[in-house]
Amino acid sequence: MAAPPTSINDLLNGVESIKDQVKEIREIILANLVMMGEIPAPTFEEEARIRFFLDRFTEAGLDSISTDEVGNAFGFIRGSEGEKNILVAAHTDTVFARTVDHTVRVESSRIFGPGVADNSLGCAVVASIPKILQHLGIQLKQNVLLMGITRGLGRGDLEGIRFFMNNAKVHIDYGLFVEGAQLGRLSYTSVGMLRGEIRCNIPDEYDWTLFESSGAISILNEVITKMMAIPLPTKPKTTITFGSVSAGNSYNTVPTSGSLHFEIRSEQTGMVGKLQQSLEELTDEVASNTQAEVTLNVIARRRPGGIDFSNPLTKAARRIQESLGIVSKIQPSVGELSALIDKEIPGLTIGITKASQMHSLNENIAIDPIFSGLAQLVGILQAMDGEFFDE
Amino acid sequence: MSNKKKTWLETNTFHHSEFWNLLHLIEEKEKQGLKISLCIPTLNEEKTIGKEIIIFKSELMNRYPLLDEIAVIDSGSTDKTLEIAASFGADTYLSADILPKQGFKPGKGENLWKAIHQLNGDIIVYVDADIKNIHPRFVYALVAPLIYHKKIQYVKAFYDRPLAFSQGVRPSGGGRVTEILIRPLFAMFYPDLTGIIQPLSGEYAVRRGVLQDLPFPIGYGVETSHILDVYHKWGMDAFGQTDLDQRVHRNQTTISLGKMSFGILQSFFNRMQKYGTIEKLPELNQIYKHFQAQDQQYQLIEQTIKEEERPPMSTIPEYRKKFGLRKQKA
Repeated sequence: MAAPPTSINDLLNGVESIKDQVKEIREIILANLVMMGEIPAPTFEEEARIRFFLDRFTEAGLDSISTDEVGNAFGFIRGSEGEKNILVAAHTDTVFARTVDHTVRVESSRIFGPGVADNSLGCAVVASIPKILQHLGIQLKQNVLLMGITRGLGRGDLEGIRFFMNNAKVHIDYGLFVEGAQLGRLSYTSVGMLRGEIRCNIPDEYDWTLFESSGAISILNEVITKMMAIPLPTKPKTTITFGSVSAGNSYNTVPTSGSLHFEIRSEQTGMVGKLQQSLEELTDEVASNTQAEVTLNVIARRRPGGIDFSNPLTKAARRIQESLGIVSKIQPSVGELSALIDKEIPGLTIGITKASQMHSLNENIAIDPIFSGLAQLVGILQAMDGEFFDE
Repeated sequence: MSNKKKTWLETNTFHHSEFWNLLHLIEEKEKQGLKISLCIPTLNEEKTIGKEIIIFKSELMNRYPLLDEIAVIDSGSTDKTLEIAASFGADTYLSADILPKQGFKPGKGENLWKAIHQLNGDIIVYVDADIKNIHPRFVYALVAPLIYHKKIQYVKAFYDRPLAFSQGVRPSGGGRVTEILIRPLFAMFYPDLTGIIQPLSGEYAVRRGVLQDLPFPIGYGVETSHILDVYHKWGMDAFGQTDLDQRVHRNQTTISLGKMSFGILQSFFNRMQKYGTIEKLPELNQIYKHFQAQDQQYQLIEQTIKEEERPPMSTIPEYRKKFGLRKQKA
């Protein structure tokens, strides 16, 4: 068994060799990726992936292997002291429907398949951690709770991680979330976010002679024009993104319903709430002008927060990335990390490798950078374990 | 149905789920001191080979040491098959480089035959490279009956999961060539063999002692002739078959199935004559003919399909030397 690092410098000296050692069990990690990737897991239908996690946890002899009411998977690697708990987790759901062909294709330097980067690789890594630590001969002082998280994306709205954070019987001291891509990603703050849908419905008794109108499309157009006229501060950065709009299905039939999907992000506390209020007023105004039903539904909300750039944990993570030649890309998270931040628990989200064509059927990842990504993960885990944050 | 066949179906047909306990399987393998080799014959399989190697190496070498070697034996791929296979740690061989004195014949059967000399296992398991839904069961569920049942020599895969069945025989899930050609032939001449649900499946595990005494047609006829030869020499009890659920692979065109059937028929008739099932065959034509249409013009296409055959490996001097077989009596 390798002597555990005693300081951050000690740890930094060792990460490069971790990279080479992890390569020795490459096929185990890639096989987990292939098997995980071929299990469809649209949000709310993650059971089969969760089962795979539990099987791997059982094979590795983890402690307290279980699931909960929302289907999350858990397994503990007990530490030698076990006073603190470090959560290492990946969201299991993907954006692809069950009907999509989930066959994974392996080439010598890349792996292709829907969801391989987001987040089959993250899942495969979490499921492989017991083997990785075993291969490296690393015995941690603190407990590591491995978790496969359900119901993260879209309408899942982080239900899986939130349920755990609200009901967990163990206290989590640090969190580390694993995403397949991109290598270098380092998130330690959560940005304020609101995802919403504006629906427009024209009632049957609508008086078509009242206005010169092309139905739901022109009403949504009015909504969009008004939204674009809302003044947004450039600092702290605030944005509104229109994600999709749908209405109608022919050339000459006036559509009676339609919807608009959008996302607001802001680094300023309170800004998202203010904008939500503006949108409510705006939709009410359009509704009364047009006599159509125009409603705002909030699909997801995140509060801004997190630790600082100069926080010792983020500093340690950046130094680990740097010593592996990984260029840190600081980006705020709207994912699982924000559920931790809500509870004021320090946490990070990292990426494992380089990916391209994310969220397309041709989504693919590079194999070689995975090992830097894994060395980074092990390094951060050791830093959290030893709380090497002082230097 | 005869009682004998019913018994064989009952005792020698397995489902992969029976063999989920890999630790136990490996214990038993080690107790018997067996070595197991996986052979994947290839010709331009770059799309699927990487995944197969990763899965087998991770699950059946690193995690559970069932396999002692993973070998890709290639007929001369022009794509990246060998590069990919080697990059994930498979042993890669060109069929032409093995037993160079014996020459090289292009054909899958050639690769399977040469594997007997190149690989060291007491059991060799053959798995085709074009399986999209690859899973460790494709290997362990074929090897397991050999480890657990001393009498079984030759285990074939079949892919068929009936939703419900109440009788001894399940509805067959054979492919088109099996159902239109092979099973009617077996029913006519070797009714016992109709119990083998997918005689043409490319996945099987065999003991070396049997493999080295089998002649190998190098083309389409290899699976069919193996079944007839094993049946004649070792009897029905030497066969086992395992249900591996589903196999997703490329679909072949009807024309190519015609060629395949033509090759199989050559092997089949040759065996019939060899075993005295029929007395005298006329000379078999080796030119396969089919049609191609362009507008109203029909064109006859002729293609020579000759089922060449390799003799039993145990007759090859290099092999006898490598595996320490005593000199053959003249």
